[in-house]
Amino acid sequence: MEPLLVVKDLKKYFPVKKGIFFGERAELRAVDGVSFEIRRGETMGLVGESGCGKSTTARLILRLLEPTAGEVYFGKTAVFTANKEEMRQLRRKLQIVFQDPYSSLDPRMSVEEIVGEGLTIHRLAKGKEKSERVAELLEMVGLGREHLGRYPHEFSGGQRQRIGIARALAVGPELLIADEPVSALDVSIQAQVINLFEDLQKELGLTYLFIAHDLRVVKHISDRVAVMYLGQIVELTESDELYRNPLHPYTQALMSAIPAADPRPKGRRMVLEGDPLSPIHIPSGCRFHPRCPKRFDRCDKEEPVLREVSAGHWVSCHLY
Amino acid sequence: MSERQRQNGRRYGRRLGGRWKWHRGILLGSLILFFFGLIALLSPLLSPYDPYRIPEKLQAFSLLSPGADHWLGTDLLGRDLLSRILYGARISLLVGVVVELAVTPVGVTIGLFAGYFGGKIDAVLMRITDAVMAFPGLVLAIALTAVLERPGFLSVIIVLAAVRWTTVARLVRGQVLSLREAEHITAAVALGARKGRIIFRHLLPNCLAPILVAMTFGVASNILSEAGLGFLGLGVQPPTVSWGSLLAEGAVYLTVKPWLCIFPGLAITCTVLGFHLLGDGLRDIFDPRLRS
Repeated sequence: MEPLLVVKDLKKYFPVKKGIFFGERAELRAVDGVSFEIRRGETMGLVGESGCGKSTTARLILRLLEPTAGEVYFGKTAVFTANKEEMRQLRRKLQIVFQDPYSSLDPRMSVEEIVGEGLTIHRLAKGKEKSERVAELLEMVGLGREHLGRYPHEFSGGQRQRIGIARALAVGPELLIADEPVSALDVSIQAQVINLFEDLQKELGLTYLFIAHDLRVVKHISDRVAVMYLGQIVELTESDELYRNPLHPYTQALMSAIPAADPRPKGRRMVLEGDPLSPIHIPSGCRFHPRCPKRFDRCDKEEPVLREVSAGHWVSCHLY
Repeated sequence: MSERQRQNGRRYGRRLGGRWKWHRGILLGSLILFFFGLIALLSPLLSPYDPYRIPEKLQAFSLLSPGADHWLGTDLLGRDLLSRILYGARISLLVGVVVELAVTPVGVTIGLFAGYFGGKIDAVLMRITDAVMAFPGLVLAIALTAVLERPGFLSVIIVLAAVRWTTVARLVRGQVLSLREAEHITAAVALGARKGRIIFRHLLPNCLAPILVAMTFGVASNILSEAGLGFLGLGVQPPTVSWGSLLAEGAVYLTVKPWLCIFPGLAITCTVLGFHLLGDGLRDIFDPRLRS
């Protein structure tokens, strides 16, 4: 089956200045050679700790940032070389739901204006028709037409996130990128919003790129999962396979950090040592080697590549 | 529309309605400003004497102390100080407000462009702003007045506006810089919104509250600056009176007839206080932490 989204060797380096005057220039390698594909109708999970480049990847795919290198294809359209008209079409088909339900809604706009903005921009509806369409969208995400004239501050975090989802759905997207959509919500609300995502996927045939740092959330919703570390994908496979058989030591450490519903200790918690990741000072060889409990002499010299070690299970580690 | 929705209010302004009542600063500030505004508007009706007419028996009326006939006394030329303060209110308030109204659109435009487009545009606009700001205001004012040849109402407005826009531009640029990173702006870009829409539908409305607050403080500072210019003789020229020129005239007799300075000074102080109370109150109201 033809993939809906293809990401090829995507890179984004940000220049950073060190020192106040005449400081040497350095670069922050937020995304450093990421490649993956998303098939139509599937949910791809993207996990990794804060600062590993998940959100930057999302913004690059949407061309909210200009890439340093790499290519992204949505269907047959090359996103980074799309002309104005192609970009207009892409903006409809690719949408995003943000992490922070507070800063992602304009406090000066009513719900109708927020959700209806896409309809106006793409001239999909106006006047009464627009109000009607917005009301339908609100009902689709579990809100109602009585919320049309209200303002964001009158809603809870979960409700705001539903408004954000309705805004993204308004223009009829095919791929929805969810950038940590539940990590700012209470656990009790998280489940509701995740269920909403699942229901919408069934109803509208959506494809998701679901970004999170909570592995339980990703496991629940994803068909396949990519694990990112310092701007690269270190492991990518089916969701079940990843949880049953994590291969990369980093993935293993993440897995051991999932809190269990059963309080009796089962496995041993694998605690990572060493400095937290810095995308400015990237270690030589395998970029995980300073924190890796299984490192050996090859690890700090040679950079591993992402290889398919068993059917559909890709990992970037010298152990395999 | 349901009753509940009606109560929640469709318009942002209406939701603020409730809070005007309990905010003492706004109440007091508005009262003061209303009072002075009324005085300025009705000065021809309220003035007991003609503020410009010099009485024939000059010696009998010159530099009178406050009393029953002349509540606030008279100046060297025997003119009633109360009448002159009432008339002066017109010029002082007008200068304060007109300068602010003239300067705000300019400062907002420059700030929006600099903040939104960033890069070279920002660098150029902000260096110009810095240059104007770095120059001592009073020196610039004197130089400008000299260039404009005849000091007067118009020159005062031009001189004050030439300096004042920088503050507004700075403020708006700062707001835009922080707003630009907000996710609701990114969301609008992701929806395909063009630059114009981002700037005028998203950035500008979100800057309005701080702009409004800055405007109230700005009017106060313009009134003070006008007084300063007037004091140096660079303000409106006689026979026109402003609070600043009254101060300048009275300063000569500061040790012997202090009321000539005290009363215009009080008028300035009270008006400035009124604008500051209002501005402080507005800032409180617009503070998002107070929005529950």
